[in-house]
Amino acid sequence: MSQQKLVLQGKGLVKRYGQVTALDGADFELRAGEILAVIGDNGAGKSSLIKALSGATIPDEGEILLDGKPVSFGTPMDARRAGIECCYQDLAVAPAMTITENLFMGRELRRPGFLGNVLRMMDKKAMLETAIARMADLKVGIRSMTQAVETLSGGQRQCVAVARAAAFAEHVVILDEPTAALGVKEGNMVLELIRRVRDKGLPVILISHNMPHVFEIADRIHVARLGRRAAVLNPKKISMSDTVAVMTGAMPPEQIPTECLA
Amino acid sequence: MKLPPIGQLGPFIALLIACAFFATQSPNFLTGGNLSLILQQVMVVGVIAIGQTLIVLTAGIDLSCGMVMALGSIVMTKLAVEMGLPAPLAILAGIGVTAGFGLVNGLLVTRVKLPPFIVTLGTLNIAFAITQLYSNAQTVTDVPPLMTWLGNTFAIGGTEVGFGTVLMIVLYLGVWFWLRETAAGRHVYMVGNNPEATRLVGIPTDRVLLGVYVLAGVFYGIASLLSVARTGVGDPNAGQTENLDAITAVVLGGTSLFGGRGVILGTLIGAVVVGVLRNGLTLMGVASVYQVLITGILVIAAVAVDQLSRKGAR
Repeated sequence: MSQQKLVLQGKGLVKRYGQVTALDGADFELRAGEILAVIGDNGAGKSSLIKALSGATIPDEGEILLDGKPVSFGTPMDARRAGIECCYQDLAVAPAMTITENLFMGRELRRPGFLGNVLRMMDKKAMLETAIARMADLKVGIRSMTQAVETLSGGQRQCVAVARAAAFAEHVVILDEPTAALGVKEGNMVLELIRRVRDKGLPVILISHNMPHVFEIADRIHVARLGRRAAVLNPKKISMSDTVAVMTGAMPPEQIPTECLA
Repeated sequence: MKLPPIGQLGPFIALLIACAFFATQSPNFLTGGNLSLILQQVMVVGVIAIGQTLIVLTAGIDLSCGMVMALGSIVMTKLAVEMGLPAPLAILAGIGVTAGFGLVNGLLVTRVKLPPFIVTLGTLNIAFAITQLYSNAQTVTDVPPLMTWLGNTFAIGGTEVGFGTVLMIVLYLGVWFWLRETAAGRHVYMVGNNPEATRLVGIPTDRVLLGVYVLAGVFYGIASLLSVARTGVGDPNAGQTENLDAITAVVLGGTSLFGGRGVILGTLIGAVVVGVLRNGLTLMGVASVYQVLITGILVIAAVAVDQLSRKGAR
């Protein structure tokens, strides 16, 4: 396999909260066009890592590179401007509002000229057309973009949230437990969507506790442990139980067969 | 063109039923003069209820609205009558005071993270006390004519229409447009719907909330002026019925107390329903205490409908 381009990199990231060291020199690599799952026990530094990469916290040490160039994010907005979109746990949608409004939440388009500049009118037509195009692009089978999100099933709602991140991300999509609140069928619907996001060329970071889901769609698995990266595993070669063993520390990284590393 | 769901038509149906009922009870009810009078009677509550609707849309509530309005009318009349301030400046000062109360409410809600119910219960009493202290519980009379100009009427086809009524309707249409067509307006709904998700997509939710409370204060200030125009005086005991009537109007108008749902024009209908009830019952010679009783029952019924329809949506 040829070495793919690195889209997002973290080198020696350190984050301390008082006495607690959440990140202890963590490395991170996201390649172009892949789904990278990030797993780890509670307190392994998984969420601190994601927060650092998405601008929600500023690491004390280490550097972050986007497309090979060093970047520093002071706020989540900085990361968003750089093309990194996050979709957070739980259904991050406004239930009584339409799908279009949810997709454009905080990024509403304004009409040109007097109506937009002075009266601040939104360009509802352009937003609707873009919403229809983006959702068709991601093959999200929702008929009307003007229906309220609360009329959708849980899976469809999560699809709207994922689609929002995917529609506006230029470089990276970060999904935090996107299938946690969903049933089997609904979860699969979201997994399908995540695959399509990758197939469009956007690399995806997937944080999940759901091992079957991770093994179903991840190209590589980043295992966080004790504030560092314990290993990056190849889900096609390693078993689910060995992965859990690496995650919990039952299997030291040096014992992992080399063909299982990715 | 889709018909709005029955829930949104509810206030309008209630209005029609009330009008039909009173038309059978009193021959004077369905006259142009009486209907115009009702609109003049509701203009103060109506404009307060605009501010109240904005706050309720963010899942908040403002119990201080009527008292803040009363304080605004005392400030503007006293500054003009006793300090000799030119009327336009006095009016602006009054609106400034009510907006200032909105700012305090908003800061306590966003910075100190106190529940709006408690914050405004406090400012309700503070505004009432300041009003009484500042006015020595005395009515301010001899207000300059500019302050009562909005109480004047003009004739359309033999019916006298109040300037204040026109102002109220213009304000409603302006806010309706703002809430519907601008991003800032939609953000008010989003904050009421899911504040956490709204914050995470990068909308400064605290600024939205603060803006809503200050804007509500501005509407209370405009209502202060309308109150002075309607009564011709600065009345320290104004605002006591308006306080709850404004909340009643919002709820009757179909805005959900849980936030994020509602249409501002529903509030206008809600305010008119309250006005129609008061006016119709008065024409029938029903004692005013029964009007209060009926308003109370109506509020509970409207909130129950809101609650039950939300359960049905799940």
